[in-house]
Amino acid sequence: MHLASFDNVALMWMPKRLFSLRRRATRSLQLLLVLTLPGMWQWGAAQHTPLLSGGLGFFTSTNNGATMYLPIMEPLAAAPIGDHFLLESRATVLEDFTPKGGGQGGYNHSHFIALTYLEGDYILSPHVTVVGGSFLTPFATYNERLSPLWIGNFQDGPLIAGLGTMQTATSLGGQLRGSAISRSKYSIDYSVYFSARSGNEQFNSARSSGGRINLYLPEQRLEIGTSYGRLLQGTHENFSGFHVWWEPQETGFRLRSEWARGAHGNGYWVEADWRMKQFGGYDSWIGRIEPLFRMQQTFNIGSTRGDPLPGVNTQRADFGLNYNLPHNTRIMTSYSRQSSSTHDANIWETGLTYRFLSPAWKGR
Amino acid sequence: MNRQKILGYAAVVALLGLSCSSGAQTQPSPPQKNQTNAKQQPTATHPSNHAQSEGGRIFAQNCARCHTPPDGFSPHISGTILLHMRVRASLSAHDEQELLRFFNP
Repeated sequence: MHLASFDNVALMWMPKRLFSLRRRATRSLQLLLVLTLPGMWQWGAAQHTPLLSGGLGFFTSTNNGATMYLPIMEPLAAAPIGDHFLLESRATVLEDFTPKGGGQGGYNHSHFIALTYLEGDYILSPHVTVVGGSFLTPFATYNERLSPLWIGNFQDGPLIAGLGTMQTATSLGGQLRGSAISRSKYSIDYSVYFSARSGNEQFNSARSSGGRINLYLPEQRLEIGTSYGRLLQGTHENFSGFHVWWEPQETGFRLRSEWARGAHGNGYWVEADWRMKQFGGYDSWIGRIEPLFRMQQTFNIGSTRGDPLPGVNTQRADFGLNYNLPHNTRIMTSYSRQSSSTHDANIWETGLTYRFLSPAWKGR
Repeated sequence: MNRQKILGYAAVVALLGLSCSSGAQTQPSPPQKNQTNAKQQPTATHPSNHAQSEGGRIFAQNCARCHTPPDGFSPHISGTILLHMRVRASLSAHDEQELLRFFNP
């Protein structure tokens, strides 16, 4: 799970800290081991060795003179069983250090370890894949695509990341997804899901359903998609979203955007980044530089709250400069100005991320 | 020591073992175009080296939409990566096959 906001880290983790971290870690590891054991007979299969991947990161965030530190690891394991079945899981392990404040020196620190998702994927046909278990809720693009710490351009996720993902960002149930049509000029893919309500400490989810459909034009490098989700517990609510991604060929430029609406608010983000490959290619020292800009706004509807949005209308502009080092390592820096009727903030962030990818064991 | 603790320790030891065994392969090896070793050890796959192929086009259009290509990875996991990405990126069966050829020329 990517961090929706460094300010929100404490809020996000707080309820989960009530559980015994040790017991959770032990159960998670047991579950992972049990579920990946069946894949071990695939050890020697060419190209299908189970893999370990994920990201390591160290982030800092300075807000109003107080600096917080966050070392974090997001390991991912994927184990195929045959040519059509895949077990995969991602976990989050972090330790956050926050200033004590109130005139006291030193830092408070706490740790967190949990599975982000644990799913089984079965490729039923060229157009249908069945996903079961705990999976990332397929709404818009951020949750599934950009939330890994080694992928997202900014340390903080968008303000609207919680809209449509039913608060927990993971669902527990089943999903159908796949490529509906794939032609040289265009392709259409889809996903539909149903999630049960779960209060399990590892697989917390809301009863909900929804889906997403994307149209991609490869020649124009343009993607347009729409999402829908419905919360089926408590007061039933609808969520809808729309996204546009445009990445013109051979330019190193990317423009990504999302808009989402819930019962109590809506918002958008637009992000632009540019790998300066025109100056000697991606691997030149200039080509590794990546200036970034993201604009976000959220708007509340009516006086009732309920969506995971800021309590008042909020604007935020993020300016970033990343440097992509060799060996899957990246330096991230950003400055953000967030303003609302109740609070203005200047947020300075730095980070270092490393992406690892290797076989889980030596194949034959 | 109760059963749950034993299972827990076994799980930790197993995962540590996996991590150690994979650690030796974590660093991507450089491309070895003129390898003369008769045993033909598998070399790391470098997606960016084959950008002109059909698979390269598919890679640029789909995978690179979200992330930069890894510096390299073992060919032993190319099929696993593609299974993972076929689900995550909703790749078509044709795209998966072309990418497999792209990763293992």
